[in-house]
Amino acid sequence: MPTSLSIWVERVSALFLKEIKSELRTRYAFNSLLMFSVVTLTAVSFSVGQFTLSVQVKSALYWLILFFASMAGLAQVFIKEEEAKTSYLLKLASPPAIIYLGKFLYNWVLLLALQVIIIPLFVIFLNLELVNLALFLTVSFLGSLALSAATTIIGAIVSKANVKGALFAVLSFPLLIPVLVAGIEGAQLATSGAKFSEAWGQISLLLSFSVVMLTVSIILFEFVWSE
Amino acid sequence: MLSLKLESISKSFGYRQVLKGINLEVQPGQCCGIVGPNGSGKSTLLKIAAGLISPTSGKIRFADSNKIVTFDTARNSLFWIAPDLEFYGELTALENLSLFAKIRGLKKSRAEIVEQIDRVGLEKRENDQVGSYSTGMRQRLKFALALVCEPQILLLDEPGSNLDWQGVDFVDRFIRDLKQKTALCLATNNPDETKYADFSIHLG
Repeated sequence: MPTSLSIWVERVSALFLKEIKSELRTRYAFNSLLMFSVVTLTAVSFSVGQFTLSVQVKSALYWLILFFASMAGLAQVFIKEEEAKTSYLLKLASPPAIIYLGKFLYNWVLLLALQVIIIPLFVIFLNLELVNLALFLTVSFLGSLALSAATTIIGAIVSKANVKGALFAVLSFPLLIPVLVAGIEGAQLATSGAKFSEAWGQISLLLSFSVVMLTVSIILFEFVWSE
Repeated sequence: MLSLKLESISKSFGYRQVLKGINLEVQPGQCCGIVGPNGSGKSTLLKIAAGLISPTSGKIRFADSNKIVTFDTARNSLFWIAPDLEFYGELTALENLSLFAKIRGLKKSRAEIVEQIDRVGLEKRENDQVGSYSTGMRQRLKFALALVCEPQILLLDEPGSNLDWQGVDFVDRFIRDLKQKTALCLATNNPDETKYADFSIHLG
């Protein structure tokens, strides 16, 4: 007899797998994320030339690219549903929380996939030294969790607006400042060889932010999603 | 079996009031016709009944043998067919219907879904992307999805739109079959479709 939790997991997984399948066929979001990241990274790499950037600048650049790439790609997850008028199909099918969780998981995986590509590019082009690789990956993992949780709900809000253009940046920047600051500081510590214990403040902030954002989003999504 | 009751439903878009104090009750085995000129709020009323948009005021109640059930419980027994219902163009017909069944928590095998796709006249097209379908084929696919869902409350908005004569014939059989056990709401201006209604409400 399946439990209600396992039924929920099945339903969320179905939506998540559909998003992956659609993305593989359309390249709707990932190409935007990837192109923005690679173009920015290449432009910075050429412009600095032989100069060496400080650890602080490299860390800030890494998180700024993730932040703006997520704005370029992750908000699309609900906008495309509204534009293609497929949102009614989802509304008929399931409770709002399942929709939010499926979309959030997809955004998170997309951001993690982007990190898998851009971290080696940072190492190659900007000579980023990952002295404490485990800490850097932990901060990146938790940072992308926080970014995805926030951008998913903001994407849902933006999809209901008539003028979508700058709204995503306007809404997400104040909300994501703590994530950016903790992410940049965590990356700085990791690239300068600090231990996990020294970055505990940043790790706990990113984790707490994610938990709070996910909880609030699941509660509020019903009101955002309904018309 | 579920019944649907709308109590004093009003809906405004900005300053424009589309619906004012609409009352409606449909029992299983009944078909309620919703008629009125363009812009009178027929589609809006069905969207409200389907839980797709919220009314400005009023209540939507679902009851199972006089026992009130919540919308979350009723959702799985409710379906809406309308021109505004769109499928994912990049997915095949089979993938679209399987996705909907899985998200709804319905246990349907591939064979069961293919059977319903065949039933609406889309034989051997289940593996084609819906983006390549004509408008009429998409309309047929909506009926296939309704058959997969086996709804107890069915909301139909212009069901015969974009269909050829074979499609219209299918819709005729579909409505006659489902009417026996389902609470039906049918919004239309087509005289050939208003004949299914046991009673009607006039909007506008």
